[in-house]
Amino acid sequence: MTNMNRRSFLKGTAATSMVGIAIGAGVLKPTDVLAAWPQAGFEAKSVDGALNALHQSSSTTASSDINIKAPDIAENGAVVPITVSTPMAAEAITVIVEKNPQPLAANFVMGGGATGYISTRVKMGKTSKLIAVVKAGGKLHSAEKEVKVTIGGCGG
Amino acid sequence: MGISRREFLQVLAAASVAGIDVFGKAGAASNDIYDIPQYGNVSVLHFTDCHAQLLPVYFREPHINIGVGDMRGQPPHLVGKHLLKAYNIPQNAIDAHALTYLNFVEAARKYGKVGGFAHLMTLVKKLKANRPGALLLDGGDNWQGSATSLWTQGQDMVDASTLLGVDAMTGHWEFTFGAERVKSILGSPFFGGKIEFLAQNVVDAEWNEPVFKPYVIREINKVPVAIIGQAFPYTPIANPRHLIPDWSFGINEEHMQEMVDAVRAKGAQIVLILSHNGMDVDIKMAGRLSGVDVILGGHTHDAIPRPVLVDSPSGKTLVTNAGSNGKFLAVLDMKVTGGKLADYRYRLLPVFSNMLAADPAMVAHIDKVRRPFKAKLEEKLAVTEDLLYRRGNFNGTFDQLILDALLKEKDAEVAFSPGFRWGTTLLPGDAITFEHVMDQTSITYPASTMNETTGERIKEILEDVADNLFNSDPYYQQGGDMVRVGGMKYTIDPEAKIGKRISNMEINGKPVQADKKYKVAGWASVQAGVKGEPIWDVVARHLRGKKNVSVKSVNEPVIKGINNNPGYEPL
Repeated sequence: MTNMNRRSFLKGTAATSMVGIAIGAGVLKPTDVLAAWPQAGFEAKSVDGALNALHQSSSTTASSDINIKAPDIAENGAVVPITVSTPMAAEAITVIVEKNPQPLAANFVMGGGATGYISTRVKMGKTSKLIAVVKAGGKLHSAEKEVKVTIGGCGG
Repeated sequence: MGISRREFLQVLAAASVAGIDVFGKAGAASNDIYDIPQYGNVSVLHFTDCHAQLLPVYFREPHINIGVGDMRGQPPHLVGKHLLKAYNIPQNAIDAHALTYLNFVEAARKYGKVGGFAHLMTLVKKLKANRPGALLLDGGDNWQGSATSLWTQGQDMVDASTLLGVDAMTGHWEFTFGAERVKSILGSPFFGGKIEFLAQNVVDAEWNEPVFKPYVIREINKVPVAIIGQAFPYTPIANPRHLIPDWSFGINEEHMQEMVDAVRAKGAQIVLILSHNGMDVDIKMAGRLSGVDVILGGHTHDAIPRPVLVDSPSGKTLVTNAGSNGKFLAVLDMKVTGGKLADYRYRLLPVFSNMLAADPAMVAHIDKVRRPFKAKLEEKLAVTEDLLYRRGNFNGTFDQLILDALLKEKDAEVAFSPGFRWGTTLLPGDAITFEHVMDQTSITYPASTMNETTGERIKEILEDVADNLFNSDPYYQQGGDMVRVGGMKYTIDPEAKIGKRISNMEINGKPVQADKKYKVAGWASVQAGVKGEPIWDVVARHLRGKKNVSVKSVNEPVIKGINNNPGYEPL
């Protein structure tokens, strides 16, 4: 039951979060909040296009130092939990859903000394590779995992 | 020891090929086939997927259970004579009847019904009598599958399980009663403190925190034994997610390894996983986990007479699967010496109701449960002229009846019925009662539906279900069988990849057109808010209009590459 209380509490606070208040009060315009939005990357229609827009290169090297944690079969394609971790000194971690119409799902720019760990939820239209790209030492490293999106039913 | 455990188990595996029947040599020499000599110092009894069958039933095993890729011809993908040959069981033996579909009607009339909680209880008591401290483990799919379990929201089975003396269980269909009901049962005094509900792989979707206790460690004869629960990993996909919106499932192999390491660190000498993964998934998982002695499996309803020995990073792991519908009770006797599993005996005992007296306390419970519903349960709808069964990869005669009812009552061109593996069997000449219809349809999302569906979408659905059944990677399999199809012919190539398995689709003798809409009836939608007449009422109405029903053949696809597959025998 403690979970429920904590969830309700956090939902309550989210509804009146600082950014929400600031926008509501006209202090910040939405475009200011999104000033660093990498529009070209998110609008790109291909994996290479997204990587070029973000990192000025689409050349990646497969790495066993990147661990992707994601379900084998998505329970809900609209919110697929994914965690990417790496022992590398990551400057950025990029999450790509290969088969989405706009493949770039998220890009995390890491501060110096940050732990190479991100956790987020991505939307997947259909079965696809999830690609995690880690920028470290000025180079792009990548790993991938297939996540199946299924119609469901008929089990058991 | 002069011989490592690994070597020992290898010798044992070689010896077991020589074969004993499931009752064992000593049993065969005795008048009572259930006089099973005790062995070793640690025993567990295991049943799974009883699907709420409190009374004895008939249950026909499949004649088609295809294995693809590495799974071809391997347990559990062996049927009929192939299975008997693999385990060296004579064709006319009583265990051959229990384990296969062969000569089913004649043998069923000879040996009678199987299972029933009152008979199971007598067997459990008998085996426990000379197995001090033996635990009784239930692999799940206990609370669902009958009219009375649906109408009491699983309470009849909860009470029956506590009476039976179940020590621990895991779940799958249990979750289809909804999160609130599951929590209320687990919190009830009857259940709580008596039965442990274990699942290491269910977490709160928002916080990733465990919802259930992952394991227990119990002493059996002073030997600490850990039992780790593994619920069905794909419950929110195969069944309606909206019933358990805050819970997230998955195989969660890494977390399972953490749990194994944790119980070993706490001193567990034997580590058992009580699993609802399904057998192919269990076999793959066994090969990737260190430190697991036995996976006691369920979900795929496979009656496999001996454990599969799987090479794991730490030695060998035994993987079992104990059938369904109360038909079997597995007995695992282990000899634990020097803190390790040294040797074992395993038997998958068929529960033949005529050979086991009914336990009076359980009889009284079952009578009490049924009394308020008696008239409704016993309504005779029609008499079947043919054997009615469900189990099999593509269709069963009982499913054909459901499809025929949907096509007729809904005036549809095509009908879909889910490929569930539960559902009991009726012999030719048996009356079909309302209860029998409920045995095939008792779910919490029973709405029948009628949709205009394009040919392209029909193909997508078939491809999707086929990929869940015939995926070459077990971790992408969901168990269950192919969706049953009425009104449409097609060809399937199980070995192909998704998108390439289904071809030659024909409705009313004409090729299916991708952009044309067809009238498709179905039931058991996993979407929220679906309305429609419950499927049992559709089927019952269809049957009431007939005195006798006959199902001489079923609509099955043409199967490519099936010749010589030990998972298939033509009827």
